[in-house]
Amino acid sequence: MYKKIDVGRKILSANEEYALKNSRFFAEHKQLCLNMISSPGSGKTTILTKTITELKGKIKIGVIEGDIQTDLDTQRIRATNAPAIQIETQGACHLSAAQVGTALEKLPIEKLDLIFIENVGNLVCPAAFELGETGKVAVLSVAEGDDKPAKYPAIFAKAKAMLINKIDLLKVPGLVDFDIEKAKADARKLNRDIKIFPVSAKTGEGFADWCRWLVESVSNLRQ
Amino acid sequence: MHETIVAQSMLEAIITEAEKINAKPICAKITCGTLNAVNDDSLCFAFEAIAKGTICGGMKLQIEHKPMQGRCRNCSEVFDVDILNLRCRKCGGDDFELLPDEPLTLQTIEFETE
Ligand SMILES: Nc1nc2c(ncn2[C@@H]2O[C@H](COP(=O)(O)OP(=O)(O)OP(=O)(O)O)[C@@H](O)[C@H]2O)c(=O)[nH]1
Ligand SMILES: [Mg+2]
Ligand SMILES: [Zn+2]
Ligand SMILES: [Zn+2]
Repeated sequence: MYKKIDVGRKILSANEEYALKNSRFFAEHKQLCLNMISSPGSGKTTILTKTITELKGKIKIGVIEGDIQTDLDTQRIRATNAPAIQIETQGACHLSAAQVGTALEKLPIEKLDLIFIENVGNLVCPAAFELGETGKVAVLSVAEGDDKPAKYPAIFAKAKAMLINKIDLLKVPGLVDFDIEKAKADARKLNRDIKIFPVSAKTGEGFADWCRWLVESVSNLRQ
Repeated sequence: MHETIVAQSMLEAIITEAEKINAKPICAKITCGTLNAVNDDSLCFAFEAIAKGTICGGMKLQIEHKPMQGRCRNCSEVFDVDILNLRCRKCGGDDFELLPDEPLTLQTIEFETE
């Protein structure tokens, strides 16, 4: 004898519940929280330290650092005097909303205007796990190739903003082929409203626009 | 890459249902979207491994992927999005809103009963 039952239950509902809790927390505190997602080594930590330095005296930034192992990135953030909380995922390929909830309790929220989450270096999995953030920011470095928005649509479809990093490398003839316009067009096909900032975290090129957008986003939320 | 986490929460959900009606599950159907970073073979493999020795040992999984959907901003048509041809199937326009991807869902379980 066979019996078939309808369940209709979401499999990752536990993560969603924690994500909802985090997003309520951000709404209550009118806190902007941006979840940074990219492949390993695209420059997330360098972008963060540069952004913190550029915005010193304008907005106060706190960071939640997700890493598979080691607290090297957390130390790099703390060297700028910004508060940083480390989450070691111990092998997991993405941060979970519960981990972010725990880290939030350790950040001096009342003193902050903006929280960045540096997700685990991975272009695929973090896009599938909501953390309750107010927005996602995708980072793509020119060394990775301009086909990434087309090949990994999930993150580019969901992101509020995309940073195209390491544009200083484009100035060296014959080093990397990366068509910025193609990457922009592919990302916009999936996400008409995505904000795109070509930058170099090394030279600071493009940071004025990126930082202006951050300041505006914070003040829009606080109005 | 995180198929083990998915398999673990599936196993827990199926065991809960099995205990309710006191029967052995033999097959489960799962639906999901296209953007969830789960590989079917890895999921089946992970599930098989952790189900061993539980009431779910030897179960079959059926995974159905739902296509991404878009809503045309010109004619409001809702259509399956083809990543290689990003156009509305009705009016041919390319201005559309991507609808949220289907979440991973445990749809049905088949049981063997005496
Ligand atoms: N040329 C150039 N190099 C850069 C730039 N930004 C970062 N890098 C270099 O890229 C390497 C990786 O940078 P990280 O900031 O550690 O990258 P990440 O994304 O935080 O890396 P993971 O946390 O390991 O995923 C470092 O050697 C940086 O110095 C840039 O704009 N231009
Ligand atoms: Mg880093
Ligand atoms: Zn994964
Ligand atoms: Zn149309």
